[in-house]
Amino acid sequence: MRTYLVRRLVTAVPALVGTSLVLFVILALAPGDPFGELATNPNVPPEVRMNLRKQFGLDDPIAVRYVRWLGSMVKGEWGFSFVSRVDVDRLILQRLPTTLFVLGSAQLLGLLIALPVGIYSARRPYSLFDQAATTFAFVGFSLPTFFTGLLFILLFSIYLDWLPFIYRADLQVTGLRWVWASFQQGIMPIAVLGLFQGAALTRFVRSSVLEVIRLDYVSTARAKGLTEGVTLLKHVVRNALIPVVTLIALQIPQIFTGAVVTEQIFRVPGIGSLLIASILANDTPVIMAITFVFSALVIVFNLVADVLYGWLDPRISFR
Amino acid sequence: MDERELRRLIRRVRAGTLSRRQFTRMMVGLGLTAPMAAQMLGAAGVARAQSRPAFTPTKRGGGGELKVLWWQAVSILNCHLAVGVKDNDGARLFNEPLAAFDPDGNLAPILAAEVPSLDNGGVAKDGLSVTWKLKRNVQWHDGKPFTADDVVFTWEFAADPTTAATTTGNYKDITRIDKLDSHTVKIVFKQPTPFWPIAFCSASGLIIPKHVFEPFKGAKSREAPANLRPVGTGPNRIVDFKPDDVVRAELNPHYHVANAPFFDRVELKGGGDATSAARAVLQTGEYDFAWNLQVEDDLLKRMEQGGKGRVDFAASGNVEHINVNQTDPWTEVDGERSSIKTTHPLLSDPAVRQALTLLIDRGSMQEQLYGRAGQATTNYINAPSRYQSKNLKWEFNPDKANQILDAAGWKRGGDGIRAKDGKRLKFLLQTSINPLRQKEQAIIKQVAGKAGFSMELKTVVASVFFGSDAANPDNVAHFTADLQMYAWQFAADPQPDMRVFLSREVASKDNQFSGRNTTRWRNEEYDRLWLAAEGEMDPVKRAAMFIRMNDLVVQNAVVIPLVWRNWVSGVSNRLKNTDISGWDSSFWNLARWYREA
Repeated sequence: MRTYLVRRLVTAVPALVGTSLVLFVILALAPGDPFGELATNPNVPPEVRMNLRKQFGLDDPIAVRYVRWLGSMVKGEWGFSFVSRVDVDRLILQRLPTTLFVLGSAQLLGLLIALPVGIYSARRPYSLFDQAATTFAFVGFSLPTFFTGLLFILLFSIYLDWLPFIYRADLQVTGLRWVWASFQQGIMPIAVLGLFQGAALTRFVRSSVLEVIRLDYVSTARAKGLTEGVTLLKHVVRNALIPVVTLIALQIPQIFTGAVVTEQIFRVPGIGSLLIASILANDTPVIMAITFVFSALVIVFNLVADVLYGWLDPRISFR
Repeated sequence: MDERELRRLIRRVRAGTLSRRQFTRMMVGLGLTAPMAAQMLGAAGVARAQSRPAFTPTKRGGGGELKVLWWQAVSILNCHLAVGVKDNDGARLFNEPLAAFDPDGNLAPILAAEVPSLDNGGVAKDGLSVTWKLKRNVQWHDGKPFTADDVVFTWEFAADPTTAATTTGNYKDITRIDKLDSHTVKIVFKQPTPFWPIAFCSASGLIIPKHVFEPFKGAKSREAPANLRPVGTGPNRIVDFKPDDVVRAELNPHYHVANAPFFDRVELKGGGDATSAARAVLQTGEYDFAWNLQVEDDLLKRMEQGGKGRVDFAASGNVEHINVNQTDPWTEVDGERSSIKTTHPLLSDPAVRQALTLLIDRGSMQEQLYGRAGQATTNYINAPSRYQSKNLKWEFNPDKANQILDAAGWKRGGDGIRAKDGKRLKFLLQTSINPLRQKEQAIIKQVAGKAGFSMELKTVVASVFFGSDAANPDNVAHFTADLQMYAWQFAADPQPDMRVFLSREVASKDNQFSGRNTTRWRNEEYDRLWLAAEGEMDPVKRAAMFIRMNDLVVQNAVVIPLVWRNWVSGVSNRLKNTDISGWDSSFWNLARWYREA
């Protein structure tokens, strides 16, 4: 086990470096720079733009820029945004709580929907409940989030006027009113994301439980006289959920990097909207930092998923 | 319209037979700007017109929170380092200029005690200097007094090439600023400057405090903490700023205007898109004000029916137009496309150019797409006919276009596309990704197609289209297409904007495509006129020169103006006195905004 872990961690380093290299080269080769809007402003002499480009080292060869970036990343200096001159790590940390709140809750909501619905569907396959659940699941993950988002806004904000649709990260109230206000503004983006993820997860849980529920030992358990509840929870679910747990472990990096489309629609100031804004503004340091974090998280959680699977299922051994 | 006719119109305004507003509208219709018109009237001694709307609150504060929505988020709070218009607005919450342009184009004093003019001796007759008297008893947010030192420092900061300030262009032609006393400055220009408000006025003229920025001159300018936590003289003080997200401000208790501001707190939220911003103000009332609503007018009309808000249209100098490439983008010379060593094979034929202008259905575009947000184009005038320039007329006449092409020898081929001497009438029209623009492209393609043109359409994502990378072939400077369409935002004075037709400004490989002349048109008479206008002190003579310059570029079909766009904002019905000016920031009058109970 230990050698397995060490080997995985060691191979993670070249993976990270490789990912960051590819990303950096693509960004450097892509057209556009952070000072593009200055080009259409007649009052700004072209020398100003040239000077700015030189100041930020945008005219140096790609290899030099990459090595410079990698060097400072390793030292812990994540650089600063070209546009606002704010440190990149400060920018990311500013947005992290909001992202974790919205996306974490969405994942939880997805799980809360998927588990009971999936298990119950699998218990009574092809029943009315199962048909309904399956239909909703398909509808749920066929509809893109921008569509359901807009639908929710039109229905709940504009037609019914129940909920505000612009997310404000710093609410000016405290205590219980803060909780209520957070709930009011957060429920729509969380629901949009949660339902989408829940729909996909439901099908997965259902098929996983269905596989286990057909095995012989379940019939044995029932024959022994165990109640349905105990059979289900103690035997079936624990085995069926092993692949589900690993799937969730692989989805956790998503919580940290946000959902770009939903954040745009509801104006949630999360890391996803930061990423999109930086891409459109060609703000390389911010893009590199976020994608680097994302790659690292994906690699780490892949490892976690593998280890978890091995721990939960004693039949797996590490070599 | 020549100088004599302009002077006749001014005489009529003075006599009272023509209103100031009508005169301004005619001047804007001819291609000038409202501030220029105001200058022309001012020089002729016509007294200032109507006062601004009344400000009724009788005490400072108590107004609660003002929530405003910008669909492009603010990234930095220093106008001299700002890259986009939105950043100027964010900075305007905290810092102020000496004077601002109101909706009619007149200068309104903010940090100045009065606006300089020839009458009060502020503006020198030879145009080489202007003297500003500063308002006394104005404090910075940290309590220090505002003095002439700050004005001098702002100039030094912006004009220093190592600062790489984006407002440098406005300050580099100043030789020196004399400090006559603690509250009087005399700006001395390098040459006679007819448009003296170029410095310290409007969005690019915010004064920054010397005692805060002194340690951050030159290359260290971008490290100043005051870029993110500004210290200014404005009606609000900074509370919190999250770049690309939200700016929060609170009332400045020592603001220099009595009983102002009304609002205790201001929140400027950024991000998202224009349509949902419009909804937030007009339908749900969550926000009080939304900026720059580039949304179809039909949709806006429907949203207004909710009764919570209204759409405000302010005249501004924004022209949606088509650039006509004078060179050949399909031939490469020394590795450069659209090189000035070539001429366009099809567009060099005046018949083709004339036919093209006749085939653009501006009327439909205005009606279907812009509605109330589009008006008579700057260089062309639609209606009413009394504003029509005698030189230029707007016409949509496909039959005439067909006749002209037939007469010039462009015969229709078997596929319906006209051809002459083996050259087919095939064009590539490019523009940025924007739903309205795509519809405009479709309108042009359809009509032109019926007349025998083959119009191919190309769209480029906005950040690339307007990007400035020397290696980016898809931006406006490279112009690797026959026609390109976008909007031009005229500043308060046309001088810098008309630079885009100068021979010396041609964008080419030699200057890394940083030149501003994208059409690559060269004309001696135009160059001569532009240089003369730079130093012409008589506003009426200068206006006549600009009108002639407009006529030159439009008659030669170097540009095809389409729609003159208004500045569109969404305002809550209870929010009063916003007085949005298309010649300055949306916040120029922020201190006087208030909300009815």
